[in-house]
Amino acid sequence: MALTSVEREPGHYRSETSGFRMLLLCLLAIALMVLDHQNQHLIGVRKALSIMLHPVQVVVNAPFNLGRSLAEITESRAGLSSENEQMKQEALVLNARLQRMMALEAENARLRALLDSTVKVGDSILIAEIVSVDMNPYRNMIVINKGGRDGAYVGQAVIDADGIVGQITRDRHFSSEAMLVTDVDHAIPVELARNRLRTIAVGSGELDHLSLPFLPVNADVVDGDLLISSGLGGTFPPGYPVAVIRNIKEVTGQPFLQVVAEPAAALNRIREVLLITPQGGDEFADPASTMDAAGLNEAAPVAAENDAPQEAPPTAEATP
Amino acid sequence: MARPVRLWPLIATIGAAIALEIVPLPDVLQGFRPPLPAMVMIYCAMMWPQRFGIGTAFCIGLCLDILHGQLLGQNALALAAVTYVTLRFHLQIRIFPLWQLTVTVFALLAFGAILQFLVEGVAGLAPAGLARWTRVLSGTLFWPLVMGVMDRLRLRVEFRRSSFN
Repeated sequence: MALTSVEREPGHYRSETSGFRMLLLCLLAIALMVLDHQNQHLIGVRKALSIMLHPVQVVVNAPFNLGRSLAEITESRAGLSSENEQMKQEALVLNARLQRMMALEAENARLRALLDSTVKVGDSILIAEIVSVDMNPYRNMIVINKGGRDGAYVGQAVIDADGIVGQITRDRHFSSEAMLVTDVDHAIPVELARNRLRTIAVGSGELDHLSLPFLPVNADVVDGDLLISSGLGGTFPPGYPVAVIRNIKEVTGQPFLQVVAEPAAALNRIREVLLITPQGGDEFADPASTMDAAGLNEAAPVAAENDAPQEAPPTAEATP
Repeated sequence: MARPVRLWPLIATIGAAIALEIVPLPDVLQGFRPPLPAMVMIYCAMMWPQRFGIGTAFCIGLCLDILHGQLLGQNALALAAVTYVTLRFHLQIRIFPLWQLTVTVFALLAFGAILQFLVEGVAGLAPAGLARWTRVLSGTLFWPLVMGVMDRLRLRVEFRRSSFN
């Protein structure tokens, strides 16, 4: 055991294990945690460290990107053309719906003007991709590939094609962290699309449901009701679908219902998301040009009638 | 005097352990991802106490905090404390047979998890739930594997053959 005797020489590993150093590190860690908990003081440090760690994320994400692009390359011609066909039909349906939307919007603006209330404004949109890294095994968070450099900011709403996904909680330089609506720390002000009953949807920690703990027993709520964002609080723009009510349970003796809702966005399958910036401009300045671009297809309106009850989100001016 | 050892392979291993911490897994398996950085750190502290101390552990912990989006210093504190205990007892732990070592690692990982749990409680954050404890379990189950891999690596990076094990 020559090695151990070498290590037993005084001064070497003893200094490593000295309680004093540990104490110093403990104090440093506590100081960091306290400062970070106040949220404002360590933003610079955090950003610098996350820029240093960005390569790790890129490396982890790389095989998944590669697999995706390989799948794209090896996609068969037949598959592509059928997908293309399907997308054309979808575009047709959406265009048809858009035409109706514009008429409705114009009407809405007129009515609002009559009521002397402010005209609803448009939102500008930034398209982002989800980086294939797992953030925190304990929380519902995602990393997206747009950061402070691209104009993402803390508190920005994140949506996908079906509804609200969450909001950005930290912007790193090249990427940002977003908290999903289902995180236990997340709550979003919503209203029932049917009767504008306002409440708050709180995350449950599970990706497939939200809970609505503040609905009184006599609230007018039924299975299948759509919840849309109410816009109160100012973080989320109003009118986007958030969740669909799935289960209502009345517990005897409790003043509130136990309501479970399923998020409208497919939170475990999303790959691309949109970051919305509410804008101060008037979106009614340019619908005419978009109307022309939409091309007023003569065959379109037929398909549009089929899914009428679907809540259409407000149009968004794409500014990628 | 520190035992001569090639550092780069070890640093690469630690980097890989950190990267594996954020490799996407299916949701079901999320809670069973073994805490590889902590396990590799325990091994290194045990085998090369002069090279890998609580300072290294603190830095690894900070990296994890950033990648996980947790409170800055939370993992750092836990990992440094775990390493401190490991260093204190490294001469005893090192000659344990594998099963005793596995039990020890379980205790160390659980200690780290308890520290993080306490920090969350004090900071008033939402507790992590069951995943924290299932990760300790899966870490314990994976320890023999990690130990095997690291032992092989140790033979490569040490300039003279070790007389242990």
